Amino acid sequence: MWPLLGLGILIIGFALRINPLLVVVAAAFGSGIGAGLTPVAVVAALGKAYNGSRYVTVPWLILPVIGMLERAGLRERARQIVGDMAAATTGRLLLVYMIFRQITSAVGLTAIAGHAQTVRPLLAPMAEAAAERADPAIGRAGRMRVRAMAAATDNIGMFFGEDIFLAVASILLIKGFLESQGIIVTPLQLSVWAIPTAIAALLIHGARLLRMDRRR
Amino acid sequence: MIGLPFVYAVAGSVFGAWAVLTLADRRQPRRWTSAAFWGLISLSFLAGDRIGDLGNGVLVLALVAIGGSGWLARAEPPTTSDADRAASAAVRGNRLLLPALIVPTVALAGTLAAPVLGFVDPKQVTLVCLAAGAIIAVGVTMWWLRPPPLAPLQEGRRLVSQIGWAILLPQLLASLGAVFALSGVGTIIGGSVGTLIPDGARFIAVAVFTLGMAGFTMVMGNAFAAFPVMMAAVGLPVLVQALGGNPAIVAAIGMLAGFCGTLLTPMAANFNIVPAALLELDDRSGVIKAQVATALPLLAINTLLIWGLAFR
Repeated sequence: MWPLLGLGILIIGFALRINPLLVVVAAAFGSGIGAGLTPVAVVAALGKAYNGSRYVTVPWLILPVIGMLERAGLRERARQIVGDMAAATTGRLLLVYMIFRQITSAVGLTAIAGHAQTVRPLLAPMAEAAAERADPAIGRAGRMRVRAMAAATDNIGMFFGEDIFLAVASILLIKGFLESQGIIVTPLQLSVWAIPTAIAALLIHGARLLRMDRRR
Repeated sequence: MIGLPFVYAVAGSVFGAWAVLTLADRRQPRRWTSAAFWGLISLSFLAGDRIGDLGNGVLVLALVAIGGSGWLARAEPPTTSDADRAASAAVRGNRLLLPALIVPTVALAGTLAAPVLGFVDPKQVTLVCLAAGAIIAVGVTMWWLRPPPLAPLQEGRRLVSQIGWAILLPQLLASLGAVFALSGVGTIIGGSVGTLIPDGARFIAVAVFTLGMAGFTMVMGNAFAAFPVMMAAVGLPVLVQALGGNPAIVAAIGMLAGFCGTLLTPMAANFNIVPAALLELDDRSGVIKAQVATALPLLAINTLLIWGLAFR
């Protein structure tokens, strides 16, 4: 049971709101040493895995372009677009984006949008502008909620769209795992079962988005 | 063949430039440690394969020491004023949106053309296209807007310093997952979850499976790490073999139950912590809180879907 020490460290660390980087490294030492590894072996294992997953940090190469466009007024332009459309309420705007994100993800285009590319420069300023128009007295907390909802909508749209696509990593992982257990399934047999959940996600989150408009 | 070495060289150069500009910026608070942070990330991209596992491990500890102790500060390089931006937005109109579309367009075109592009490593086509798209987009935007020559790097540095230490978290959590796997954490959890199910209780078995997928995903930050463990512990032996469930339905919807867990955990840093930093939210958990009321009903629905569909 000692390897579970790392989990305990993780949960306590996050609960106490200690800096996550420190918590994660402490958890790695906890589990590793609990499993009988030496501290040096834990450092080496961390280093090996860190080096092997460098691709995770590559997408930040988008920042120079986004920064330059922000410098030229991209966020201001996003706000003006909403200002010109009377029908664009916060909820409707986010709902349209969610549908766009689900459909593009379902045909494999997950890289087309994201927090750095679309949410920060476009979606969040648009949603915030719409919220300010509906309620000029909106406070800081209200604007924070709108921004958080914009990020949440991007996540939910992508997660519950992408599994409809046949060649997505999770479908391939499932297929590979079942195959290793002697069960043969085609990607299509798996991806069709993502559709009911995708519809449920659209209904639940979509209803929450539209309710944002009515609450004010 | 253009593959990962090209991508890592580009990323290493960009992070290296951010380190140098940080060092050269006399108004930057915590100048030396902030420059060291970006410099170490650059070193990892450029030389990670040459410094050995222990070398990489020491590099990680140094990054965590700087990022975790507040020695990394935000940069405020000179940029345009709010009035400049509003004027530029009014003049340039919706054309401002076009350069942002270059990267996804290159990614799409590259993925479609991958089989015929002999000079691109087919396994790495997405990352190669991303790096190539970023370079092309910078070139086009520079040519169109004519900003100062260092603008792309300085504006990128402004944004990356707003994300700050959170930029390290996704890669570090992936490494923690590897250490957990090495320590056998998954097998222990999977084994103990399996013992929770009374014989023949179909709905309870399904609920243990979906809640286990979501819970284990919250711990690992990633449904892909939870899936093989929960499937081996509960999905296959109990739901499929003992109770006769359809393996495709159990597996496909089980994975989506895991995605509900992804929405609820700081361990899924890319989706939940990094955007909070990017959007400058006051509350680090703001995105997670916005997702709870969607994730929980959806988890219940996934449980009912497996229960209702897999055993017909």
